[in-house]
Amino acid sequence: MPDVTPPTLAPRTNDLAVKLANVNGTGSASANALLMQAIFRMGIPVAGKNLFPSNIQGLPTWYEIRVNANGHLARAPAFDVVVAMNPETYARDARELRPGGYLLYDSTWPAPEALRRPDVHLLGVPLAAMCREAFAGDRERILMKNIAYAGVLVALLDIELPVVEQLLDEKYARKAALRDSNRRALHMGLEYARAHLPCPLPVRLARMDANRDAVLVDGNTAAALGAIYAGATVAAWYPITPATSLMDAFAAFCKRFRTDPDGRKRYAFLQAEDELAAIGMVIGASWAGARAFTATAGPGISLMSELVGLAYYAEIPAVIVDVQRVGPSTGMPTRTQQADILACAYASHGDTKHILLFPAHPGECFEMMVQAFDLADTFQTPVFMLSDLDVGMNDWVCPRFRWDDAYRPRRGRILGKTELDALPRFFRYSPADENEVAARTLPGVDARGAFFTRGSGHDEFGAYTEDPVAYTKVMERLARKHRAARKHVPTPVVELDPTGPSPLGLVTVGSCDAACREALAMLRERGVRADYMRIRAFPFTDEVEAFLEAHPRNVLVEQNRDGQLRRLLLDETAVGRDRIVSVLEYGGYPLTAQQVLAGVERVL
Amino acid sequence: MTYIKKPAVRHPGLEKNALGLTLRDYEGSMSTLCAGCGHDSITAAIIRACHALSIAPHTVAKLSGIGCSSKTPTYFLGGAHGFNSAHGRMPAIATGAGAANRRLLLLGVSGDGDSLSIGLGQMAHAIRRNLRMTYILENNGVYGLTKGQFSASTDLGSKSRRGDPNVVPPIDPVLLALSIGATFVARSFSGDKDQLVPILEAALCHDGLAFVDVISPCVTFNDHEGSTKSYAYVRKHGLPVVHADFVPPADPITLEQEPGTTQIVPLHGGARVRLTKVAQDYDPRDRVRAFAFVQEHLARGEIVTGLLFLDESRPSMHEVMGTVETPLVELPYESLCPGAAALDAITEQWR
Ligand SMILES: Cc1ncc(C[n+]2csc(CCOP(=O)(O)OP(=O)(O)O)c2C)c(N)n1
Ligand code: SF4
Ligand SMILES: [Mg+2]
Repeated sequence: MPDVTPPTLAPRTNDLAVKLANVNGTGSASANALLMQAIFRMGIPVAGKNLFPSNIQGLPTWYEIRVNANGHLARAPAFDVVVAMNPETYARDARELRPGGYLLYDSTWPAPEALRRPDVHLLGVPLAAMCREAFAGDRERILMKNIAYAGVLVALLDIELPVVEQLLDEKYARKAALRDSNRRALHMGLEYARAHLPCPLPVRLARMDANRDAVLVDGNTAAALGAIYAGATVAAWYPITPATSLMDAFAAFCKRFRTDPDGRKRYAFLQAEDELAAIGMVIGASWAGARAFTATAGPGISLMSELVGLAYYAEIPAVIVDVQRVGPSTGMPTRTQQADILACAYASHGDTKHILLFPAHPGECFEMMVQAFDLADTFQTPVFMLSDLDVGMNDWVCPRFRWDDAYRPRRGRILGKTELDALPRFFRYSPADENEVAARTLPGVDARGAFFTRGSGHDEFGAYTEDPVAYTKVMERLARKHRAARKHVPTPVVELDPTGPSPLGLVTVGSCDAACREALAMLRERGVRADYMRIRAFPFTDEVEAFLEAHPRNVLVEQNRDGQLRRLLLDETAVGRDRIVSVLEYGGYPLTAQQVLAGVERVL
Repeated sequence: MTYIKKPAVRHPGLEKNALGLTLRDYEGSMSTLCAGCGHDSITAAIIRACHALSIAPHTVAKLSGIGCSSKTPTYFLGGAHGFNSAHGRMPAIATGAGAANRRLLLLGVSGDGDSLSIGLGQMAHAIRRNLRMTYILENNGVYGLTKGQFSASTDLGSKSRRGDPNVVPPIDPVLLALSIGATFVARSFSGDKDQLVPILEAALCHDGLAFVDVISPCVTFNDHEGSTKSYAYVRKHGLPVVHADFVPPADPITLEQEPGTTQIVPLHGGARVRLTKVAQDYDPRDRVRAFAFVQEHLARGEIVTGLLFLDESRPSMHEVMGTVETPLVELPYESLCPGAAALDAITEQWR
C-alpha cells in the first residue's frame, strides 16, 4: 500500500461520534457506560446506541456514542473514531469512519489489511499485551482490556480524568480490589496514548453546562419507575427482549420501595408461563381492583390478543407496554422498529379499538406510564404504551423527572359499600357517564355489587344476550367511549416554523423524534420551511387532525414497512390520502437525521 | 308466582346456616344445561358446600373458562362476583385476582377441554404455584358445548356417538396434578353428593390449590355404552378409596375410628378433614404411593375416588412470594408511591 498521509479532521469541539466494535460477552458494556457517563458529567449532550446481537457470547456488538453541543442526539451517520476490538468486523468497522477519522486497534498483533484505509489514521495500542503483563487470569485480562481502551479514549478525546476516576470510585465503592484493577487499566491506556498517540485529537471534548437538570437513563427503567409511582401492585410477564429490563427494573424498585421492614412485599411479581397467562393475570388483578400491568414485545402482543379483546369487551383496565422490536415473527429481537402500531390499535378479533401512547424518550416513558394507568382506570379498557427498543434499552439524556406529591391515581368509577347504599340497584354497564363509562364494583366487597363479567354477548345491564339490538347498543357505546378518550390522551407536540406559515408538515412518532428534529434544523438551514408535529396518542386528538388539515403536504416518518401510522390516520380521521406521504425506514437501527432528510427530499 | 298460600312446612332447603342464610341464598340463575347433565349436580354440591361452611357469598370470586361446565358459575352464588373468561384461561385470571386480593375465596370451574386441551399449560402452572383456590374440573370426557368432539380425557377406545373409537391416549388429571406437586387432589362423581360435598368443603378450606376432578356425564354426547364417563360406567367401576368427612372448626372430633384407617388432617382456618381409608393399602399423605395406587387401578379400568392426596405443609402462592397480609387492593396509595423526595434520590443516581 502506498504511504499516503490521510487528511486531517477539521477541529471540532463537542461534536463527534465514536463507535466501539466488540465481541459480545467480553464485558465491553461497562467500559462503554463509563465513557458515556463521564461525558454526561462533563455537562455535554451525549447519547449511546447499543447495537447488540440476539446472542449471549461471541457475536459482534457495537456501541455508538454521539456527542453534540446543540443537543442533536439521533444516531450518528458516520464516525470520527472507531475502536476496532473485533477482528471479525475489522473491514466493515473501518468503512464507518469519515475520511480523516481515527481507527484504534489492538497492536499486540500486526494490523491486518482489512483495517487499512488510506484516508484514515491508524492508531495502534498493544492492549492485549499490556493486560497480559499487568493482570492475572484470562477473565480479568479480557475485562481490563476494555477499561484500557477507555483510558486511551480519555486521552484522545480530552475526557476529564478526575470525572472518570470518581465514577470508578462510586461504582466500586465496596469492591476495593476491582476499583484498583480498573484504575490501573485506565491509567495504562491513558499513559500509553499520551506517550505514543497524537493526543488530543482535533475532535475533542470540553466541559459544558448542558446537563445541570438532566439525567442519563433508559426508557425501560423510566417506565418501570412510572409503574411504581402510578401505584401498580401486580406485574405479570414472560421474558422477552427488549421488555425484560423493564420488568427487572420494576422488581428492583419494588425491592427498594415496596418491602416492609419484616421483608413482606407490597407487590406481586408474577413470571407467567407465557404471554397468554401474563395478560390473563393482569386482567384478573385489574378486575379485582389492583393496578396491574405487563411488558412485552411483538410476539407477546400476538399471543395476548385474545384476552385483550376480552378486557375491551368486558371493560376491564389493563396496561400493556410493548417495547417494539423488529418483526414479523421472531424477526430481529435486538433491533428497533415501530411495526406493532396497527396490531395494538386493533388488537383482537371482532371490532376492537384501543388507547395507544407513544413515548419518545425516557422522560415520557415515566410520565406516560402513569397516564396509562389513569386512562385504563378511567376508561376501563386496555391501554398500550408503545415504546421501542431504541427508547427502551438505550441511554438517553433527558430532563430530570419531577413528581407532584399531590398526585392521586384516577381510579375511575368504582362503587363501594356507601355508594351501593345509595343505589336502588346496581347494573354493571348502566348508566354511562359523559365519557361513556359505567361504574364497576370489585369482588369481595358487597353482594349488592355482584355481577357476572363475561366476554360473551351482553346487554347494557350486563346480562347475557344474543339479541342484535341489545348487543349493538353496547358496541356503539364502546365506540363512543374510545372517541371520548381523545379528550384525555396526551396532545401532540407541535412546533411551528419560527419564520412564518409553512405548507410542509413534518410528522412523526416516538423515538423518531430526535432524528426528525435534527433533520428539521437541516431543512431550515437549507431554506426549507416546515412545521413539526409528533403524535403522542391514539385516539387522535383534535390537534392532530387540525395540523394535518392545515398543511397541504405532510411527510410522515415512521419505522415500519407499511406506513402503519399513516394508515391509522387515514382510517381514523377525515384527512385525505394525498395529504400524507410516508418516509419509511425500518431496517432495525435507530433512525439518523440523514435518513429523514433523504426521505423528505425524495418525496418533495 | 303462585296464588295458593303454602303451608308453613320447614323445608330442609330452607335451613339457616350460621350466617342466617338458606340454600336458596347460594343459588344463582336457572341452569340452561341439558336435563340430566352432570354439571348441574356439581352446581348443587357447590351450593351445599358453601352453605354448610357458612361462606358469605360476596367473599367468593367464581371464575370459569368456556364450555358447558364453564357456564355453571351463573347457576350458583348469585351474590358473588363471577367471571366467565376465555377458553382455557381461567387459571391465569384467577391467579391475577388472587394476587391482587388474597382474601378472595377463589372458586374456579372448568371442563376437560378447557383444562386438559387448550388450557393444559395454565392449569398445570396454577397447580405449581399453589394459589389458594378450589379448582373444579367438570370432566365429561368430551367437548359438550361444541357438540361432542373427543377431549384430552376421552379414554382410549371410547367411542364417539358415530361409533369411531378414540385412538389417542388420555391425560388423567389426577395423575398429572400429583406429578406436578399439587397439594390437594381429589376425584369424585357428580352423581355422588355424599362424597362430593365434603370433598368440596375440604377443598374450600385448603390453604393452597385444591384440585377436584369430578366425573360428570354429558347425557347428550357421552353417556352411551363404551364411554368411561357415563353414569353406568362410573357406577359400576367407581371405587371410593378414601372417604372424606369434613369437620368444621367448631366441631370437636368425637369418634376416633380404628387407628390405621382414619386420619385427621387439619385444614386452613381450624377446620379438619377426617379421612377414612376404604382401601387398606392407601395412604393419602404419600405422593408416590398415591400415584402408583391411582395408576394401578386405572390400568384395571377402575376409577378411584375420594380425597386422594393432601399435603398441608407446602406454602401457598402468597406465602412463597412473601406478600403482605393486607390484600394488595387495600393498600393505600401513600404506601405504594415513594414520593417526590425519593424520586430526587433516584434520579440523582442517574447523574
Ligand atoms: C379460543 C377458542 N377456541 C375454541 C372455542 C370453542 N369452544 C367452546 S367450548 C369448547 C370445548 C369445551 O369443552 P369442555 O371444556 O370439556 O367443556 P364442556 O362443554 O364439555 O363442559 C370449545 C372448543 C373457544 N370458545 N375459544
Ligand atoms: S351438552 Fe353435555 S355437557 Fe353440555 S349441557 Fe348438555 S349434557 Fe351437559
Ligand atoms: Mg367436557
